[in-house]
Amino acid sequence: MSSSTTLKNPVVTKWDGGERPMKATYGKLMMWFFLVSDAFTFASLLIAYGVVRYMHPAYEGPYSAFEFATSSDNFYWPIPEKVFNAFPGLHGVDAPLMFVGLMTFILILSSVTMVLAVEAGERKSKAEVEKWMLWTIVGGITFLACQAWEWSHFIHGTDEGVIRDGVQIFGANLRENQYGPQLFASFFFFITGFHGIHVTSGVIINIVIFYNVVMGTYEERGTYEMIEKGGLYWHFVDLVWVFVFTFFYLV
Amino acid sequence: MAHFDASMTPEQIKAAKMKTVVKVTAILAIVTIIEFIFAFAWPDGASRTPLNIIFVALTLVKAGYIIWEFMHLGHETKLLKFVILFPLLFLVWLLVALFDEGGAVVTAIQNW
Repeated sequence: MSSSTTLKNPVVTKWDGGERPMKATYGKLMMWFFLVSDAFTFASLLIAYGVVRYMHPAYEGPYSAFEFATSSDNFYWPIPEKVFNAFPGLHGVDAPLMFVGLMTFILILSSVTMVLAVEAGERKSKAEVEKWMLWTIVGGITFLACQAWEWSHFIHGTDEGVIRDGVQIFGANLRENQYGPQLFASFFFFITGFHGIHVTSGVIINIVIFYNVVMGTYEERGTYEMIEKGGLYWHFVDLVWVFVFTFFYLV
Repeated sequence: MAHFDASMTPEQIKAAKMKTVVKVTAILAIVTIIEFIFAFAWPDGASRTPLNIIFVALTLVKAGYIIWEFMHLGHETKLLKFVILFPLLFLVWLLVALFDEGGAVVTAIQNW
């Protein structure tokens, strides 16, 4: 049986291998996909917070006359700027949102130093990468320390506490909450705690990267791309805080 | 980050990048300060709905700059931008669905 087969030239597209259709390395792509999934987790938490808040009665009356709910018959949601109004060293002074504003600023600054570390990495300037990575780590640890102080204050409560249904309550935990409905405290612990865990792991990742920079691992590898991947994660943590700041503290 | 091409020297590229970094940092700081001003200057007893819309808009501005410049997504290929940003549209639906559900629960409790 005779057969004449003519072979067509195979059609080669950029998806057939040997090329990077998205012009990004495997590691960077996977970091992006992880961040998308993490964005869904955080968005679900914040949306759940919104729904639960919407299901509770809102405080009615002028903001200046706000007091924490004193009766479970009218158990309204607290106004965040009346809850987070303490500042370390300024006992008894009403400084609404000042501390959380400082925390936001610290986190944004550590994001900036991360950008500078990535930029130095592209020039393969080892000493500069070391310097900026170290500043980023310092920023992250400072933020965590601030958060520890804020949690401590939230848990211990104000001097006066609140008398609700005849019971004196100081601060908030998972059983009682001076500031309002129980779920407010639960969401505070969960959302800021989940973000804090992300910052903690980010600091650990940054420390590992810093160690590798000092040891010359990336210099040997010929690329400082790992800083870019760690940087993506670090910026994402900052990005999440921007949303937490708005939806938990401002609104 | 900024516009640069092969004809530029490494110093020029670095300077261009630095300019972008400073610009974005300034924008993030200024927007946060504007948010604070709005939070404290809003009149007592006025409806908070417009204020909340302003907050959400300013947050999206900040998020945009962080994603586009710091995370460098604005300088990736069109395909990568699409792959990352398109799935986030599902969050819009989650928002609508859950708030609708929350409203229904409130009504159900009130009519118990």
